[in-house]
Amino acid sequence: MLVELWNEYWPLLSAMLVVLIAIPTLGLYMTYIERKVAAAMQDRIGPNRVGPLGLLQAVADGLKIFLKEQVVPAHVDKWIYLTAPAIGVVTSMLAFAVVPFGPVSPEGPHTGFRFIIAPGVEIGLVFIFAVSSLSAYAIILGGWASNNKYSLYGAIRSCAQFISYEIPLGMSVLGVFAITGSMNLEKIVYQQSSFLEWNIWWQPLAALIFFTSALAESNRLPFDLSECEQELVGGFHTEYSGIKFVLFFLAEYTHVVTISFLTVLLFFGGWHLPGLTDPADPTAMGTALRLLVLLAKVGVVVFFIMMLRWTLPRFRFDQLMGLAWKGFIPLSLFNLLGVMIVISLDLSPYWMTLFSLIVFLVAGALNVSQLNNRLRSPSSPTIRTRAEGAY
Amino acid sequence: MSAKREKKVTWVEPPKMGIAEALYLPAIAEGLSTTFKHMFQPRKTKQYPEETPTLPPNYRGIHRLNRDEKGRVKCVACFLCATACPANCIDIVAAAAPKDDPNWADRDKYPAKFVIDELRCIYCGMCEEACPVDAIELTSIYNMTGKSRDGMLFDREKLLDVFDETSKRPGDPVRTHRGALGPASEIIAGAQKSAAPMSNIGEKAGP
Repeated sequence: MLVELWNEYWPLLSAMLVVLIAIPTLGLYMTYIERKVAAAMQDRIGPNRVGPLGLLQAVADGLKIFLKEQVVPAHVDKWIYLTAPAIGVVTSMLAFAVVPFGPVSPEGPHTGFRFIIAPGVEIGLVFIFAVSSLSAYAIILGGWASNNKYSLYGAIRSCAQFISYEIPLGMSVLGVFAITGSMNLEKIVYQQSSFLEWNIWWQPLAALIFFTSALAESNRLPFDLSECEQELVGGFHTEYSGIKFVLFFLAEYTHVVTISFLTVLLFFGGWHLPGLTDPADPTAMGTALRLLVLLAKVGVVVFFIMMLRWTLPRFRFDQLMGLAWKGFIPLSLFNLLGVMIVISLDLSPYWMTLFSLIVFLVAGALNVSQLNNRLRSPSSPTIRTRAEGAY
Repeated sequence: MSAKREKKVTWVEPPKMGIAEALYLPAIAEGLSTTFKHMFQPRKTKQYPEETPTLPPNYRGIHRLNRDEKGRVKCVACFLCATACPANCIDIVAAAAPKDDPNWADRDKYPAKFVIDELRCIYCGMCEEACPVDAIELTSIYNMTGKSRDGMLFDREKLLDVFDETSKRPGDPVRTHRGALGPASEIIAGAQKSAAPMSNIGEKAGP
């Protein structure tokens, strides 16, 4: 009886264990990687004192955080205050239930160890969106429970941001669903086994919108308006310290990892790299190679996200809203229209690429006149400079 | 008047935005390439405890009380530094020089107590500028620490010790009478050249 149960559940349990161990460890080490990358981009060295190359810095930070005093400010709504960071971590980790973190074949075998907790979930991506958008609750409840106006401002901003960017996020991948005919991530990756069939070639605009919206969902720079220090002290986590504060950051870094996985799985062929990996190779070597390819691609996206953080300044709030409502939502609608036309007329999928590019360029052309009008509008102050030799 | 000035002003129209600006992506790519290039540039970090910084010659670190050539404290307890101090960190108690001691025969006053609160000090160097006998100087010591607040109250002996420690160092020469003390000493040096009556100010401390 027990043996049967074990045989049935050990793949599930082992996959869960891998995720449960890997994500907090990765979260800790993401801080280290982020600090190193930031240092490199600013001509600095970064953490290098604790252990070789500072590699134990993350461990030291983790220990310090666990040993910190657990301060609960007197003016907070205690239960909501304590629940909020937990919600953040749980929801962001739940998303990993249907994200394959290694090569998984869509038709199985579903026995033995597999790189996914719940294989064959047909609504995979919808589940991820549903669950990960719940993490807005973490921020909103955290800001609300703090009884602090700056925290609440941060939470309100974050709420508006989540609602706005959820729409282009969902709409941008509809095209991918239409091409694949499934929302199952394993099937979506399976579809992209050859290099020219990667969704990025057919859906470049969707990839751009998806990546940017997902970045906005994760509250990372340049979209971290809910915690911008200059305006809001610390935003929604002003009143949090110690392990509770870190849980928020663990949630954020988990989000970053999820985004990177999803971007790679949806648009960049997942664990396929033609010429290096064979999609049908069932041996351990083939699996390991595909796993490495996937992790390398994810690493590149994570690095790219970090580069964006240290390159782009933070958005202004109206710009942030404008980007979603005036930019991404119409763009993703038109992109979806293109996909529907191409699929229903049974044209070559490269028409989608052309359509995406035309939509993007037309949007740019429309934006030119808008930008120039805004600069010349009577309300905006005209820039004037001192002539040479004046004064 | 204002109309005249207006003519000198050139009115500049904002530059016309093109499609590249409106698409945002070229600008983002440019920014990313800048950030990426910096990853391969030489690091500017100095590994501090192993690598010490090269201080500028006018660096203002911890104080010292200079000794004159007889080894006595040069300070004449005139309170000018304590008066000039914007942080009120100098505490001086003056006493008459022991007249029966032949060693002190040429001195009238000396500081019986001279305490600088190094935690209160803002290291502005005004004591150094105020001192008429160039007895107080700021050294290039920047890394002093203490285990208590009381430990950071530097008394006369401690400040003289700082002098003994630093006066031989190339970074902190005894600048008295060498004309390279600070703005105040420059003024005095200039005055010595031009006006004779000022000339004995710096020599009152000792022959």
